[in-house]
Amino acid sequence: MKYVLKKIITLIVALLLISLIVFLAFSVLPSDAAIAKLGQNATPERLAALREQMGLNQPVFVRYFVWIGNAFRGDFGQSLQYTGVSVNSLIAGRLGNSALLSLISFIMVIVFSIPIGIFSAKRRTVVGKATMTTVTQLTMGIPSFFLGVLITYAFSLGLKWFIIGQYTPPAKSFGAAVVYLIFPALAISLPKIAMTVKFLATSIRSELHKDYVRTAYAKGCTRNQVLYGHVLKNSMVPVITFLGVIVAEIVAGSIVVEQVFAVPGIGTLLITAITNRDYPVVEAVVLLIAFFIIAINFIVDMIYMAVDPRVKL
Amino acid sequence: MKRFKTIVSILIALVTVAALAACGNTTPEPTGSGTQSGGGASTGREASNTVVVGISQELDSLDPHNAEYAGTREVLFNIFEGLVKATPEGEIEPAVASDYKIADDALSITFTLRDGVTFHDGSAVTAEDVKYSIERYADIQGEESAFSNIKDIVIADDKTVVVNLNEPSTEFVYELTCAIVPQANEANFATSPIGTGPFKFVSAAPGENLIVEKYDGYWKEGFPYLDGVTFQVVTDAKMAVTYLNAGTIDIYQYLTADQAGTVNGNYNILEGSVNYVQGMFLNNAKAPFDDVRVRQAIYYAVDRDMINEMIFGGKSHIIGTNMIPAATKYYNADTETTYTHDVAKAKELLAEAGYPNGFTFTITVPNNYAPHESTANIIADNLAEVGITAKINLVEFNTWFDEAFVGRNYEATVVAVDGRLAPSTFFDKNVSTASNNFTNYNNPEFDKVYAQATAEVDPDKKVEYYKQLQQILADDAASIYVQDPSNLVAVNANLEGYVFYPISAQDMSVVKYK
Repeated sequence: MKYVLKKIITLIVALLLISLIVFLAFSVLPSDAAIAKLGQNATPERLAALREQMGLNQPVFVRYFVWIGNAFRGDFGQSLQYTGVSVNSLIAGRLGNSALLSLISFIMVIVFSIPIGIFSAKRRTVVGKATMTTVTQLTMGIPSFFLGVLITYAFSLGLKWFIIGQYTPPAKSFGAAVVYLIFPALAISLPKIAMTVKFLATSIRSELHKDYVRTAYAKGCTRNQVLYGHVLKNSMVPVITFLGVIVAEIVAGSIVVEQVFAVPGIGTLLITAITNRDYPVVEAVVLLIAFFIIAINFIVDMIYMAVDPRVKL
Repeated sequence: MKRFKTIVSILIALVTVAALAACGNTTPEPTGSGTQSGGGASTGREASNTVVVGISQELDSLDPHNAEYAGTREVLFNIFEGLVKATPEGEIEPAVASDYKIADDALSITFTLRDGVTFHDGSAVTAEDVKYSIERYADIQGEESAFSNIKDIVIADDKTVVVNLNEPSTEFVYELTCAIVPQANEANFATSPIGTGPFKFVSAAPGENLIVEKYDGYWKEGFPYLDGVTFQVVTDAKMAVTYLNAGTIDIYQYLTADQAGTVNGNYNILEGSVNYVQGMFLNNAKAPFDDVRVRQAIYYAVDRDMINEMIFGGKSHIIGTNMIPAATKYYNADTETTYTHDVAKAKELLAEAGYPNGFTFTITVPNNYAPHESTANIIADNLAEVGITAKINLVEFNTWFDEAFVGRNYEATVVAVDGRLAPSTFFDKNVSTASNNFTNYNNPEFDKVYAQATAEVDPDKKVEYYKQLQQILADDAASIYVQDPSNLVAVNANLEGYVFYPISAQDMSVVKYK
């Protein structure tokens, strides 16, 4: 309980620090939302009027404290770019898409990497080893956005399995959304699958050399009994931590891949908001992502404790 | 250790955000695709008589009076109309008004409202709505704008509205393309807008799309042809090419020659122009650009045809002054040949000005339009031939705006400037006292002729003054005006009727399936 409390305090402090850093970063960047909005039509008078309307004429710290005060009450304010649209509604409309994309990506990582990892740890022939290393290294080396472009060419322009840019939100048709998201999920998860396979295989192999394995063989266990009954459980402990990092990377990776596949998620929202200096939106999205990543780490720690009783938190 | 991991994870997230802020689009260029012969893209939309138009900019507001982006005005053109509206020829025709008359002294304009014009909710357009709309727009535009010339707006009777002006102007009527909106809908302008145009608003998702459908009560018989249009945001032109090839969108504009070349045979590529004055703008207050001989030398050194050929496959219109050729009535074509590519002449002028060995300066280029950077590179190569070293500084558009346009802290910059229907909007930025005179151009003769041009009532004399203004800018080499870039538009081969406007407009009311 004390641990949970400590974690929650850390979480709040971390979020506060992050929000301050983002705020300060925006005050250092040249230009602001008023300029982004007016463009070449701006005259100094209109800029001044718009800045006043947006509240940009106040000093950065005043703006920060006003903003953080409202944020505590769950009100993230109005978007500066889209007149009359609240940040909450912008995020609410997109969060589902991003969450679904991340979920599908994560499921793909688990479903593919665990069997392949075990398989590659078992097969230790020279050819098998070489093939495995080549494939994993190659997949790990391709950036997700580029993989996204390749997938678009192969499956949309070539095979016509999906129409790029024609995404149906899950609220309209859950099935259609999942089918569309499989392709960006593939782009996100392929490099992660390769990493997890490599990590898992290494972990299994290092366990195989431990004393308890010899004991297990000595008491008459078959190879599969040793592997699934003893080794796998022990080798999963570091993998769980690794999967925590993978989830964080999936969230980060989806920011770019959403762009390539035109999925209206929080990633696309974040990028346009940065370009338009729409700081209330950027703040809210960054906080959301940070919160999510800290939460994932918390969950990983909990699982860790459950799996390995030696771990005292 | 675990705390370390948490910190690392957060740092990764932050770095990703920062990296994205720095690099923006990272999509690699598509590597061509096979062309298919025959008809248009089979999208299934033909059956429902709808089209999807890819738009390169997000919509900043659905309220037509608050919309700032050219990309937004281009879309809202289909939902809203003013007393008058623009024609493809760059003129105006009556819309919500059926007729207008400019008084002989040019101090007032009398509008007769058209019978049977209704808002999308079915209510009739009243004289009060007209007065309210113009006043609201004027208020938003502020004191500096052309709208400050309005003295008052008088409702003479139910069908007649008189706009009185402070200063005589025959051009002000061009500004009255501003949208007429129903006062009753004031609370919902930004969320569910209502206008009088050929299409009515259905829904909008910020940053994603805007959906409109045919307005059955449109005053112009027989229009629009289409039952519905979806405007889908596709900010990256290379991505748009992929969408075109996949049949996701039917129409996309502002393609470069290279991009258009990779679009498959299901689309026709139409050629228009973007109606921008693109060139290298010079800070006339900074040495050595304060010397007219240096500016002229640069003009002689720059090979405008080479720029056109290399970037737009020769399809742009070479210009020599701050005006677009599409404004046929006012455009002075003589300025195109005021300077020719003449290296010897350039060297001679440089020597005369005291720079026989050239000099070094920086060209600031905003990153919002790829051809600007290519143009700057070619100019730098051209200038190297006469001994001038030009360094290129690529900056984010917002930075450019802050430092170059507002702060006027630059030497030279490759950008494009535009104007509206009223010809004066192309020249007001060269008036020495103008707040948007970012080139610091200062010529009393220009200021004098500008004042005469805007005040002139006689149409022929007005044309003469504007042509004279263009020649002054050319002779002074106020800036190095290069071209009105070509605008290549991919249109589904099954569609017909797409037209170009000299303003930001994509008129979907005249587009139909063959």
